[in-house]
Amino acid sequence: MESEALPILEMKGISIEFPGVKALQRVDFRMFPGEVHALMGQNGAGKSTLIKALTGVNPLDAGTITLMGQGIVPGSPLEAQQLGISTVYQEVNLCPNLTVAENIYIGRQPMRFGRIDWKKLNGDAKAALAKLNIDIDVTQPLATYSVAIQQMVAIARALDVSAKVLILDEPTSSLDENEVALLFAVLRRLRAEGLAILFVTHFLDQTYQLSDRITVLRNGELVGEFKVAELPKLALIEKMIGKEVDLNTGQKVAAAGAGAAGPACFEADDVARKGAMLPFGLKIRAGEILGLAGLLGSGRTETARLLFGADKADQGVMKINGSKVSLNSPRIAIRHGIGFCPEDRKTDGIIGELTVRENIILALQANRGAFRRLSGKRQEEIADRYIRMLDIKTSGPEQAAGKLSGGNQQKVILARWLATDPRFLILDEPTRGIDVGAKAEIMDLVQSLAKDGMALLFISSELEEVVRCCSRVAVLRDRVKIAELDGAAVDEHTILQTIAKG
Amino acid sequence: MLKSETTLFRKLTGAKLFWPLLALALLLLFNLVFTKGFFHVEIRGGHLYGSLVDVLNRAAPLMLISIGLTLVIATSGIDISVGAVVAISGALVATLIGGTLVLKDGVQTYVTLVPMSVAIVAAILVSGLAGLWNGLLVSRVGMQPIVATLILIVAGRGVAQLITSGQIITIYYKPYFFVGNGFLLGIPFSLYIVLAVLLFTLLVTRRTALGLFIESIGINPRASRMTGINAKNLLLLVYTFCAMCAGIAGLIVCSNVKSADGNNAGLFFELDAILAVVLGGTPMTGGKFYLVGSIVGALIIQTLTTTIYSIGVPPEITLVVKAVVVFLVMMFQSETFRKAVFGRSGKQVA
Repeated sequence: MESEALPILEMKGISIEFPGVKALQRVDFRMFPGEVHALMGQNGAGKSTLIKALTGVNPLDAGTITLMGQGIVPGSPLEAQQLGISTVYQEVNLCPNLTVAENIYIGRQPMRFGRIDWKKLNGDAKAALAKLNIDIDVTQPLATYSVAIQQMVAIARALDVSAKVLILDEPTSSLDENEVALLFAVLRRLRAEGLAILFVTHFLDQTYQLSDRITVLRNGELVGEFKVAELPKLALIEKMIGKEVDLNTGQKVAAAGAGAAGPACFEADDVARKGAMLPFGLKIRAGEILGLAGLLGSGRTETARLLFGADKADQGVMKINGSKVSLNSPRIAIRHGIGFCPEDRKTDGIIGELTVRENIILALQANRGAFRRLSGKRQEEIADRYIRMLDIKTSGPEQAAGKLSGGNQQKVILARWLATDPRFLILDEPTRGIDVGAKAEIMDLVQSLAKDGMALLFISSELEEVVRCCSRVAVLRDRVKIAELDGAAVDEHTILQTIAKG
Repeated sequence: MLKSETTLFRKLTGAKLFWPLLALALLLLFNLVFTKGFFHVEIRGGHLYGSLVDVLNRAAPLMLISIGLTLVIATSGIDISVGAVVAISGALVATLIGGTLVLKDGVQTYVTLVPMSVAIVAAILVSGLAGLWNGLLVSRVGMQPIVATLILIVAGRGVAQLITSGQIITIYYKPYFFVGNGFLLGIPFSLYIVLAVLLFTLLVTRRTALGLFIESIGINPRASRMTGINAKNLLLLVYTFCAMCAGIAGLIVCSNVKSADGNNAGLFFELDAILAVVLGGTPMTGGKFYLVGSIVGALIIQTLTTTIYSIGVPPEITLVVKAVVVFLVMMFQSETFRKAVFGRSGKQVA
């Protein structure tokens, strides 16, 4: 029956060019009412660009968009929204200092006698969130809530508009399993009500859980549109990366080796910070990858920030190669050979208007000090080397880093730290928001770094990755380190059990 | 052929310096047509004389302040106290040199309270101290730059008055006049000062990594901290340097008018300087900065001022004329505006 229905939205022959990059070439895309349509592709495949074309952020160079039989040319996200196309972006786009209710209704506040009707505003906000099964104080500033709740607020905001098409760009990347289940329940209900939902995610399982139809893009071109039932997972991955995959690549590289003996490269003992982590200890040897597993809010990022000196520890001792160090700032940590790829690359990582080259050499240069400037030639060499090594998709080293796709920005930050040649590298969600192909690349890289003698702390909310990479895993729950697993105990099931049991 | 011309045109219009230079060229062209003798330069007594020379000489203090302010604005900060620092510097140098006319047998003799070089160095150092204060408030106390430097705007003029005991000090010591009015090899001496400071700043920001770090903290301070850049000390340095530039400008201003007026020296300089920096292409939000652009910006403002006076615009409306021209230049510098006016034709060709 679905296949007989007319598409509510049709995009035909969409082309968009940026200087030096053909972001989209003659891409067709359509959506049906009452369907969840997954848009899949690697980093730089053009997913975000297609969404931005649909929401009026990027003007089209060629092509047409038809909504319910009417040709439309959305000139801005606001226009798109008024036409019935609502979007929740990958990075939450709300005002953290406004209240939850204000965030949901900003720009369309209920008015009474020429003033904002606060009572109605707060009541409506509460009701909108209740639809998502969330019950919080909507008069509190948004920033007081976790990223997951903020994501839900963003969705509530988009849902509340009488939307015909709802676009969700990576909505689950910061949600834990329960929250994902909750979100999916809501999305299924909305689908049943006839909403067309465009769903972009890097989680293959979630695609198959929720979607009815999949469109695959690769390098800005359309690979094809498929019904979920007709596209097995392996076939999807092949279409995304354009070659056949051996699912066994990147398998645990003889985890046993992993420098089991040897002294600790980095050691934390009884380290704690109020409101962040209760006292914990960690030991990481050179050549070892220690995993950090735990649900959202368990203290993974907090731990990483403590070890890097981004937040100061209230108590405890940290040692590098056996000698005590006081890591009071990132600068000191870097001087001791520690590197840190932060989770939130937009605010903590990339410096958008600087070039790829400048972003890559920045930490190395900061560590050398301003007056021992790397020569222009040396900078180019370093940039070129890492652009090639990590296969960063950029029009060149002088491209502004902010213009790159999310995954490529992640690689630039990784390059920044590799350039400092750290002995201990902390990776906080290095594969977040990155496609399958790049994920495998990064995990392979992590393993080869360990083989060369680097100590690594690997944080990921995807247990599968932690298990694949790490020979030892520290498990966190509610800001407590509850266990350390190694050897055969490192598998998804055991980790989950540990978290569940404590 | 056509294509290469188009790309050259795009490259040109895309270059940051293009629009301020075009604005300056148009202003000069206007003067060529409407102001008699604007381009007339003659050698009088071994010195170059003429409107152009005058514009350059008068723009010197503004150019100096713009250089320092460019770096502050690049860190996404602002220093509105530069005018007050001009007053402090002038007051100090005048007081140290001394404001008494000494006659010996009916002939003026040149005496100073302290040697002139000491007075000059002291004025620059004290200006630097004022900047250090700004920098401490911004980087250590965490005050917003506009608020922090607002304090010095108010206090600075008070300090200047305090130094001069509330008097306007007139300088009679002739050697000091050379700073603002002297000529070296036929060219105003103040221009050598500007050139020296500009070259020094270019060297220090571009031959070291300081420029990169300044841009980095201007664009994303949080991420910059994560890369190990010492933003606090960098801010301290930048605000101190900016005030020292203002201090040097103060020396020139003081020498120009041969007196120190704590109330009026450098009044509203901060506004012209901010304008010069922005005209030069450095965004107020911080990030990539353009020192030469700021110099061009300062020249635009001074040329405009001189033009307005020389074509006889009634004094009551000079500010309005100035505002209109500045507004137009700003608009054309904005890519968004150009696109809205000229459409996206350039893109389709490429």
